[in-house]
Amino acid sequence: MPAFPEAAKDAVGDEVLRANLRHATHTIRDKRARAVAELADWELLRAAGKAVKDQTLRHLDRYLLQLEESVTAAGGVVHWAADAEEANRIVTGLVRATGEREVVKVKSMATQEIGLNEALEAAGIAAYETDLAELIVQLGRDRPSHILVPAIHRNRAEIRDIFEAEMGSWGRAAPAGLGDDPRELAEAARLHLREKFLRAKVAVSGANFMVAETGTMVVFESEGNGRMCLTLPDTLISVVGIEKVVPTFRDLEIFLQTLPRSSTAERMNPYTTMWTGTTDGDGPSAFHLVLLDNGRTDTLADEVGRQALRCIRCSACLNVCPVYERAGGHAYGSVYPGPIGAILSPQLRGTGSEIDASLPYASTLCGACYEVCPVAIDIPEVLVHLRERVVQGGPVTREGIRVRIRPARGHAAERAAMRAARHLLDHPCALRAGERLLARARRLRPRRLPGPGRAWTDSRELPELPAEPFRDWWARERGGRGSLGDTEGRGDRGDTGDRGDVGDRGDRRDRGGRT
Amino acid sequence: MRAALFVTCVNDALYPRTGIAVVRLLERLGVEVDFPAGQSCCGQPQYNTGYRHEAEPLVRRTAAAFDGYPYVVTPSGSCAAMIREHYPRIGRKAAAEGRGAELAEAAASLAPRVYELTEFLVDVLGVTDVGAYFPHTVTYHPSCHGLRGLGLGDRPRRLLAAVGGLELVELPGAEECCGFGGTFAVKNPAVSAAMGADKIASATATGAAVLCGADNSCLAHLDGILRRRGAPLRALHLAEILAATEEEAPL
Ligand code: SF4
Repeated sequence: MPAFPEAAKDAVGDEVLRANLRHATHTIRDKRARAVAELADWELLRAAGKAVKDQTLRHLDRYLLQLEESVTAAGGVVHWAADAEEANRIVTGLVRATGEREVVKVKSMATQEIGLNEALEAAGIAAYETDLAELIVQLGRDRPSHILVPAIHRNRAEIRDIFEAEMGSWGRAAPAGLGDDPRELAEAARLHLREKFLRAKVAVSGANFMVAETGTMVVFESEGNGRMCLTLPDTLISVVGIEKVVPTFRDLEIFLQTLPRSSTAERMNPYTTMWTGTTDGDGPSAFHLVLLDNGRTDTLADEVGRQALRCIRCSACLNVCPVYERAGGHAYGSVYPGPIGAILSPQLRGTGSEIDASLPYASTLCGACYEVCPVAIDIPEVLVHLRERVVQGGPVTREGIRVRIRPARGHAAERAAMRAARHLLDHPCALRAGERLLARARRLRPRRLPGPGRAWTDSRELPELPAEPFRDWWARERGGRGSLGDTEGRGDRGDTGDRGDVGDRGDRRDRGGRT
Repeated sequence: MRAALFVTCVNDALYPRTGIAVVRLLERLGVEVDFPAGQSCCGQPQYNTGYRHEAEPLVRRTAAAFDGYPYVVTPSGSCAAMIREHYPRIGRKAAAEGRGAELAEAAASLAPRVYELTEFLVDVLGVTDVGAYFPHTVTYHPSCHGLRGLGLGDRPRRLLAAVGGLELVELPGAEECCGFGGTFAVKNPAVSAAMGADKIASATATGAAVLCGADNSCLAHLDGILRRRGAPLRALHLAEILAATEEEAPL
């Protein structure tokens, strides 16, 4: 996977992709804003969601043990997976034990994160995605590019073509003469999927929430396909990240309001399915919960970065992010794209790879993501924190062990430039001399800069250089007041004068050098 | 009233006209302006790129330069946000890492005394009509740090609307980032330029003659694209519009 800037460059040049993304994100962001504005207590709900998540994360060990107890008491079996490999091994083993060779899946980011479909395929088990957008991605041999709408990068015509070309080789073929009307497309998917639901004996799911006190698993969805997966098969295997736990059933009240409005701009999501262990004669007769860590406890150990674990995967931050809108989800090199991906992936996977070291820079820090986040994750704060980790290194927790990482490679020139700039800026005499030199050289101003500066001049003109810097104008025009001329400034001298009498002090100080 | 001007490194070296405009404007409104020359850069480029340690000496320098001034005014929302939001954070982290509590104290003391220009005009001086005259159609781009970091709200637009001869037209998608983002502009040039181009397109569609902003770094990016494309629009800092009067030569 190339670093973000290169991957994004391709997307920026793809007119169709940009139009698809622009249309989809703008539509949903406007709707979301309206849905959120309907609630007078939105800010309180946001604060409550943040508080519940923080309190749960603080005592995560306790709540997970409580969850295990509740799930077990309700007839489920809990498995603990430290990483992707272990989780895949557990799930593959569970499917094998049923003797089945295929499973239906309801959208689960956790299983995408660990590459479960590929692991199952390697074990000779076919996994069928049943979420409409996931189905499009799977049929198109594509990768998801959005948390909630994994096929957001596709338009209707492209989807029609995929259905027509691929459905037949996976199961029931697309109806003849399929058009690109949303209704027709949905009907084609329904027929194709119904056949799978009715045949499948094993289902794999994720969950939006797990309730510690009752052992209840919760899925919010819009299509009802998830409910088919969760109720029809004999065996249900749910793979869920450990951060999804909430302490009590009552806590769901908050998220039942904030999640649908933030994600699909609905007041209430059409389907909320809850399942607690197993019940005789109703639903799956075997239920397995695979609790996935895969970098989460390491993330939890970071005081600034841990807030990323509050995320309820609503995708509101993607839909308002101007960088996501232009770069597309694939550029983020992970199942978690957009602003949340930019802070989550480098924490779950570490900042060792090129793509992970570049993700914290995939943002202008404009703050739109923070503003919409229903659990108030300060994404810009975490981005800057992770940038620091990339260029300065420092202490991190990896596989439970506190280690000190070195700065990522490839920042030597930048670091030298930052140091040089800092030196110049911390010495006003040198700064002033530099500014004067610049002013004198203004006629030599090149149209194209060499080195990293090219990134600016390739698409933008440089500013016109002024004849004199501000501080020279000040010295000339208002020199009698407030200017220090060529001295190094108060800070260097450790001046301790009368704080209340700024003006006098300024005058005394300034005239000292001049009169 | 007396206030210190924090002109910012970008304005000092590249856009002195903005600093001059602030001085003229504030003096016209009866403020005595002081320019502590010990100031340089707030350290935002270093801090935002991940070089927090490199930013620390600049935090120290800025805090010392403005020590004792009850009002520090700056014509940049992003530098004001840096000082207000991040200085205390940098100070706390330095203290936690054992580099003394003095930076934390200096940063915490400076933060509440810093005002972005429009905040100072509206909240401290209590004016919206600053007696300016600017007979052009203007559209306003609220830079992200002013908009979301400081919560400037409609202060800049209220100030502009009160300018004589000025016709203010709303910028569609105004709240969307222009794509500058400090080092983002060179680290992710393709996305940055695409965002800038979209902003220019919406600004041009308003039919305005002037694209106004309150942050010269964003304006440098937008103006750079405008001039590269030869677009019939010019970028201008808010302070220059507010400083313009009927008597002086029009901008
Ligand atoms: S970070 Fe916040 S806005 Fe983004 S997906 Fe997670 S909860 Fe939603």
